[in-house]
Formats: sequence, C-alpha cells, structure tokens
Amino acid sequence: MSKLHVSTTVNGDPVEYLCDPRETLLDCLRDKLNLTGAKEGCGTGDCGACSVTVDGRLVCSCLMLGVEAEGKEIETVEGIADGDVLHPLQKKMIEYAALQCGICTPGILVAAKSLLEKNPNPTEEETRYWLAGNLCRCTGYDKIIRAVMDTAAEMREAS
Amino acid sequence: MDYHSPASFAEASALAANATGITRFLAGGTDVLVQLRSDLVTPDTLIDIKKINGVSDITRNADGSWSLGVAVTGAEMSEHPELGRDWPGVVEAMDLIGSTQVQGRATLTGNLCNGSPAADSVPAMVAAGVTVTVTGQDGTREVAVEDIPTGPGKTSLAKGEVVSAINIPARGNNGGDAYLRFIPRTEMDIAVVGVGVSLRLNGDTVTEARVSLGAVAPTVLLVEDCAQAVIGTTLDDAALDALGAAASAACNPIDDKRGTIAFRTEVAGVLAKRAAKIAYARAKGEDV
Repeated sequence: MSKLHVSTTVNGDPVEYLCDPRETLLDCLRDKLNLTGAKEGCGTGDCGACSVTVDGRLVCSCLMLGVEAEGKEIETVEGIADGDVLHPLQKKMIEYAALQCGICTPGILVAAKSLLEKNPNPTEEETRYWLAGNLCRCTGYDKIIRAVMDTAAEMREAS
Repeated sequence: MDYHSPASFAEASALAANATGITRFLAGGTDVLVQLRSDLVTPDTLIDIKKINGVSDITRNADGSWSLGVAVTGAEMSEHPELGRDWPGVVEAMDLIGSTQVQGRATLTGNLCNGSPAADSVPAMVAAGVTVTVTGQDGTREVAVEDIPTGPGKTSLAKGEVVSAINIPARGNNGGDAYLRFIPRTEMDIAVVGVGVSLRLNGDTVTEARVSLGAVAPTVLLVEDCAQAVIGTTLDDAALDALGAAASAACNPIDDKRGTIAFRTEVAGVLAKRAAKIAYARAKGEDV
C-alpha cells in the first residue's frame, strides 16, 4: 500500500510526513513527529487525552486521519509553553496538584487553553461542560476545574 | 484502504460507483474512524468530501430557507448567530452530541448517514422538515430526511450516491421547534429516547405540526398521529395527553441496558409533551 505525503504545520513549524491512510493524526504526531504529549486513552473520541486544535478548533486527534492534516495548522500540548516559560495554565495545574498519573493532563491543557481563548471568563458550569470530553480517573476533577478557573481569573487581571 | 479527496460531488459519486468492496464517505469522521479503528468497518475506499468547495458553508437563502454544507460541524452551527434563532431545536439537538472535541468535527450529514436510530440530530431534522440533496450518477435528487434511514446502520442511499447538501426550510412566522432526549446523565451519552417537535400557530391554535421520535424503533419515526393530536388545538391538557398517548403508541423499541421497552415507551410520551410545550412557547415568540 502506498503511503501518502502530508505537509502541515504543527505548533507553528512546517512539517512533512508519509503516512498510511488508515493512520490517525494521533499516530502521526506520536510516531512520525515524536510529539508524544497527546495520548491515546480510548481511541474512540471518548476520553480527550489526544486533544489538539486544528485550525483553532478543539478536536480529538484519534478521530482524524493523518492525511486530513494536509494544509492545516495543528497545535499540541508541546506548543503551549514558551520555551522554558510555562503557560499560566501549566503553572496552575502544578500549583493545584491538578494531576496524579498525568495521562489526561496534556488533553486537559489543550482543551482548557482552547476554552480560555474562546471565553476568558467562563463560569464553573461552562468550564465543566467544555471539559466533559476530557476524562480523568485520578483527581475527581475538582482541582482541575479550580486550576482552570483560577488561571482564567489571573489571565483576565494580567490583560 | 484507498483514500480519495475529490473536488466535486460528481467526482465523489463516480469514485463510489466504480469502487469495489466497502466504501465510506468521510465527513467529520466521528463514527467512520471509530468503526475503522475498532475493525467493525474497514473501508476499501474512503472518500473524504471535505475538499469540495462550499461544504463548510451555512447559507441563508433569499426565501428564508437554509442550505448547509455537508461538512458543517456542530460547533459551527452553535456559533452561527442566526441559524439557532430560526431553528433552535435543530441546533440544540446537534449540540447534544458528544464532547466539545466531537462537536468540532461531527456533522448533521454523518449523524444521518451513520443510520443510528438514536442519532440526536435526526428527529430534530425530521420535525423541521429538512431534506437532503443526494448526488448520484444520474444527477441529483432531493430526499426527505425521514426517508434516508432504513434500519440500524442502513440507509436508502444507492451505490454511488452521496449526500451533497442539507436543506432546512424557511422557519416562517409563528413557528417554533424543540428537541429533547432522555439520557441517564447530563452529558456525553446516547439517547434512550429522543423527541423532535415543530409547530406553527395561528393565534393560539396549532395549524401545522411535525413530531418525530428517536431511539424507540429501528429508524427515527415521523409520527402523523402525534401531529393530528395537536393540530387545531391550543395545546391544552387534553391535546397534550393525546399527543403523549400517540407518541407512546408509536414506539417499537428494543429492551436493553439503557432502557426497557416499558420505560422508553413511557418516556417518549412524557418528552413529546414537554418538547411540544417548548416548541409552542417558541412559536409564540417566547425565549425558551
């Protein structure tokens, strides 16, 4: 089976890869581009551990084929920090200890960043609904929600 | 698996008509990829329709009707400033499907063509009188949404046919629609029962009604007896009771872990009444 050539942009960098048409964007990010932040939790779009944005839109990278990334702008968790400077969301997640095993954390960060870009002042209910597709089996969610709400407040003050 | 991304629906149709083995069209992919990854359906030919011009457009036509491209996502529908004002039931039904991430990809067309009896957007589209344009080898035809599903996972689309547009009628004056579903939690679940209602009023009297049930039969149902129960009434208690009874009578559900036959039949009547009240209030211009 012939592989397809894909040119896309990931975290601002132009990248190319060859992929089998059955491979998902998640497979391509992890196995071809060595961006292993996005995780495969379920592989069926239920858990959100593979969350990335595509042209600014939050999606599960397990529910998108690698070939569909042609010409798109992909953002992953690896692009959230500015070099060694953590994003406010990352700092708050650490401060609140809003993670234990860490598998869901990259997806939560990408999804929460997407929320705050769309809505800098979300209610707790809006935050919980937005993150309903990001499953966490360790924390019970409360610390995650508090970290996101506190980040939102801090970023509003800073801006 | 061969992957194609044709530039037109005619080309997409020709690819499907000439393909051997299993063919799938790829819109949002939230069902196709799950089936592919779990080895339920491994297409020999996958035809991605998202490179076709206009598939992400939401257009309000001069007569007030709407044309939606087949790759318009749930998120794009919810964010549209006008569509939800005309057809709140259709937009809310689509918005109930899956997570934020799924909303970023999932489409009305995919929800319809996946053929699930529990598809949330389908009863809302049926109630609204939505049609789809189908492109095949002999040109295009317009098909009512209720005529697309023929059973779980099955559609009336022939080999070489592809849905190429979603057509939502003009809302017109004094009309309102609503969709309600029952799930055992508040988010991220599949309908145990779904009900779509669209009404038009003359003063306080219902003059037009379409009522559709989901997840209570092998296909989504358009229930004429429900419409007749409320047409000519002011949606008083007697009309609501007749509506609920007609909805329950139309049910032919499965018995499974998510809901028994008795439960689904009862809840269909309850939700039909509640959805009708919301549609009625919306038709009166109330913000509900």
